[in-house]
Amino acid sequence: MNEHVHELEHDATNAYQSLSETTEHDDPRWAFGSGFADGLGLGEAEITAPVPEGVDPADLAAYCQMLGDDALIYSQRLAEWVADAPELEEEVALANIALDLLGQARVLLSRAGHLLGGDEDSQAYLRVEHEFRNVALTEQSDDLDFARAIARLMIFSTWRLALLHRLLGSADPVIAAVAGKGVKELTYHRDYAARWTLRLGDGTAESHRRMQAALDWAWPYVEELFRTSDQERRLIAAGVAVDPADTREEFDAVLAQVVERATLTRPQVRPTGTIGGRSGRQGVHTERLGHLLAEMQSVARAHPGATW
Amino acid sequence: MVNGGVNGGVISHGARDVVAEVVDPEMPMLTLDDLGVVRSVEETADGVVVTITPTYSGCPAIEVMRDDIRAGLTAAGYARVEVRTVFAPAWSTDWISEAGRRKLAEAGIAPPGRAPVRAAGPIPLSLGAPSTQVRCPRCGAPSTEEFSHFGPTACTALRRCPSCAEPFEHMKEI
Repeated sequence: MNEHVHELEHDATNAYQSLSETTEHDDPRWAFGSGFADGLGLGEAEITAPVPEGVDPADLAAYCQMLGDDALIYSQRLAEWVADAPELEEEVALANIALDLLGQARVLLSRAGHLLGGDEDSQAYLRVEHEFRNVALTEQSDDLDFARAIARLMIFSTWRLALLHRLLGSADPVIAAVAGKGVKELTYHRDYAARWTLRLGDGTAESHRRMQAALDWAWPYVEELFRTSDQERRLIAAGVAVDPADTREEFDAVLAQVVERATLTRPQVRPTGTIGGRSGRQGVHTERLGHLLAEMQSVARAHPGATW
Repeated sequence: MVNGGVNGGVISHGARDVVAEVVDPEMPMLTLDDLGVVRSVEETADGVVVTITPTYSGCPAIEVMRDDIRAGLTAAGYARVEVRTVFAPAWSTDWISEAGRRKLAEAGIAPPGRAPVRAAGPIPLSLGAPSTQVRCPRCGAPSTEEFSHFGPTACTALRRCPSCAEPFEHMKEI
């Protein structure tokens, strides 16, 4: 609370002070977004809201990491498109989508940080590869192939919208609040991806070929989206989580509708496997995640606790 | 809009007025009141507690709004200021005031229509062309076309008017 209390010495002779309405940032790491957890409430419930009855805090933290890491890691991949998209409008679109997902990640990782002793920054910047719980789809590089970017967004947004729509009634108030905002955002993301899938799939012979290749590229990572982890299984009973397997029918129906209208073919490819039954949710990742984290965490690790 | 009342606190109209005058950093023609992001302003024995809500989850403007509210209240003589950010219930463009809609149009930004009300069950996919029923804020032509669903800020889309040929922003409905 104290860090939000702020005393300003008003100096009318200081021309620089009056230049800006934002007289000063009292949060020392404002650009990192620290201080969010304390100032961030959710109506009556806050980041610090009690863990719902009968729920193991470690399970809840792991679930917030799953939902938060999917958004964070994918947001980082989308941000790679900035200054590299085929047209300015598409760059702005992909950056906007990345920003929405980053916003969702910040709340979820603040919650996880609170439960585990830390904050959103320690969650994002100080965990190592095997501590991340995102699905493999989110960590892959699309190698700045626009069709791949669209194929992955089509798959991811359809899946996450189905998940968040079911999480509107989550017994955890933080997850429910993220779902409330996220559903509105993801509806736009999915519509955007679907329109581009149609335009490319039902476009020229070349755009059709590349859109089909992109769908084939992303499809091996689809199966993992519907695997239920142990933590999720326990949290379903407590009304906190939803079973990702339950979103399969809706996902298949939406994808079938888009794929057919886009004159594409649903890929027949083998899904990526698990290692000893473990995959992203258990911290087992493809080699692509390490490269992403090295870049994403480099500034925070090189300058621990830096302020500006 | 809920105007105060949190935890039975006493509402200070003075502090409320100060907060109401703070402008949106990305759309400075709008005050935070016009935008509908101020949930409550509560004055307690310890100071002022302001509760605001972000428009989009990742909207960076929220940090600047928080600082501007603090600065404004501090300058008005309130020594202890706390700004809380709440996410639930989620902000809707329906909360933008009539004055706010008029100011948007005057600034060349087409104001949002009514936010869609969704039936229960899965959210339907919309594959068709985006709605053409957005009036051009410059020449008033009734029908315009969207060329990018995502604009320079999180809350706007880019459109163009076939009559006057001008591009413009449209605040999209959520």
